[in-house]
Amino acid sequence: MTIPTVRKPPGGRLLCLAPTDNVAVATAEFPIGEAAWLDDAQITMLDPIPLGHKVAVAPIAAGEKVYKYGCPIGTATRPIRVGQHVHVHNLKSDYFPTFTRAEPKTVEQESPT
Amino acid sequence: MNGYRRQDGRKGIRNHVVVAYLVECAHHVAREIATAWRQSGVQLIGFSGCYPNAYADRVMNRLCTHPNVGAVLLVSLGCESFPRQDLAETVRQSGRPVHTLVIQETGGTRATTAAGHAWVEQVLKQLNDTPQAELDVSELVVGTICGGSDATSGLTANPVIGKVFDWLVDQRATAIFEETNEMVGCEGHLAGRAMTPALAKELAAAVIKAEQYHRVLGHGSFAFGNADGGLTTQEEKSLGAYAKSGCRAVSGLLKPGELPPRGGLYLLDVVPDGEVRFGFPNISDNTEAADLMSCGAHLILFSTGRGSVVGSAIAPVIKVCANPETYRHLRDDMDIDAGRILEGRATLDEVAGELIDRLLSTAGGEPTASESLGHQEFLLTYKSFEPLGPHCLPAASGG
Repeated sequence: MTIPTVRKPPGGRLLCLAPTDNVAVATAEFPIGEAAWLDDAQITMLDPIPLGHKVAVAPIAAGEKVYKYGCPIGTATRPIRVGQHVHVHNLKSDYFPTFTRAEPKTVEQESPT
Repeated sequence: MNGYRRQDGRKGIRNHVVVAYLVECAHHVAREIATAWRQSGVQLIGFSGCYPNAYADRVMNRLCTHPNVGAVLLVSLGCESFPRQDLAETVRQSGRPVHTLVIQETGGTRATTAAGHAWVEQVLKQLNDTPQAELDVSELVVGTICGGSDATSGLTANPVIGKVFDWLVDQRATAIFEETNEMVGCEGHLAGRAMTPALAKELAAAVIKAEQYHRVLGHGSFAFGNADGGLTTQEEKSLGAYAKSGCRAVSGLLKPGELPPRGGLYLLDVVPDGEVRFGFPNISDNTEAADLMSCGAHLILFSTGRGSVVGSAIAPVIKVCANPETYRHLRDDMDIDAGRILEGRATLDEVAGELIDRLLSTAGGEPTASESLGHQEFLLTYKSFEPLGPHCLPAASGG
């Protein structure tokens, strides 16, 4: 067995779409505890991340905007740590509500402060 | 690279003879004429409707004088309401050879087909003498569409096209995006990119109009499957499509048939004005291509994930495939393999560079995948528009 060297692997499995983004997209499925490189930073998954879903690559405070493509995609509803799954449980649209299978009714949008 | 010089100062990257039917009843005869010469760059377009429509009339006038078109044969049944003499006059004044065949006057299908073949044969010889001139990147007008999208479209192909759009705008070329109905939730961001405050209002209003129009038709944008695939919010989903527009400032808002007065980034509003009338604004991707070409688009960057195979009459289509599996499966139909980004085999910037090279070689005359396969889909339907507002277009020069 060879000693692993710390370097950027060729097949990046996290896709960060703009340098200012605080989330990246998983281009492979990740179990809890698996690590992936994003440029020079190592991200350890704190949740299972399904393919195509988002993971926080910077700490996000509750009430802070989540950025993807360099644009806000909504507001965090609770604090999110690096490596946590970012989805309907901790991210809310600033536009109009998201529909889900489990909750087919619209979620009332809080008035922005 | 060289382009074909037209009298109005624009330059074409192709030199097609277009055979245009002016009602569905003339479609077969027009197709019989065009098909025989398809290897020589003769293409078929047309409008099927018998009732008059100012939008369709305007688009046909623009397409028959499109820079990629060198000559036009109009095929009329004879009793349809399309103003064929006005169209022929527009083409004549543009300096292009034009001829009209009226089936009811020419003696029916066989006689009209024969007359059409004879005219096309002689005009093709004439087109060999079309003057050429050096074509600069800044003279190009490039449109973009996505079709057959999947979850990969917004991650690879669309951001790649966005980077190429940024590059085009930096080269002072003209880049046109549309699909306002897929930008719901992005209108605030879009408005923030407008060159002027008055334009910002127009851009946001165009997206709101699209949202309302589609809601009347019973089609919202965000679906259950989107959340399963990892999309959380409406604005996130819309950003996937909006990413094709890149991040440069927006110079103006166009409606079909409007020619951009100068280089820059433009939003094309393809959604009709007023009450919902003729059904879906764009019933399939090729009607969007027709709208883009009516604004002078020389070529179209087409993002696909599931794997659309279409091309277009008049404007070459460059197929940017977002999904690596689709690329392996439909390789002959694709020009660019953007799915490599997902597999970590290339970066967004590398694929954007490749797409720029492909765009330039296509403008220089090299056929795209869909051109090589003979694709030349075309579709034009009914719409109605009010004139552009006074703050939609930038001045022809300056700033």
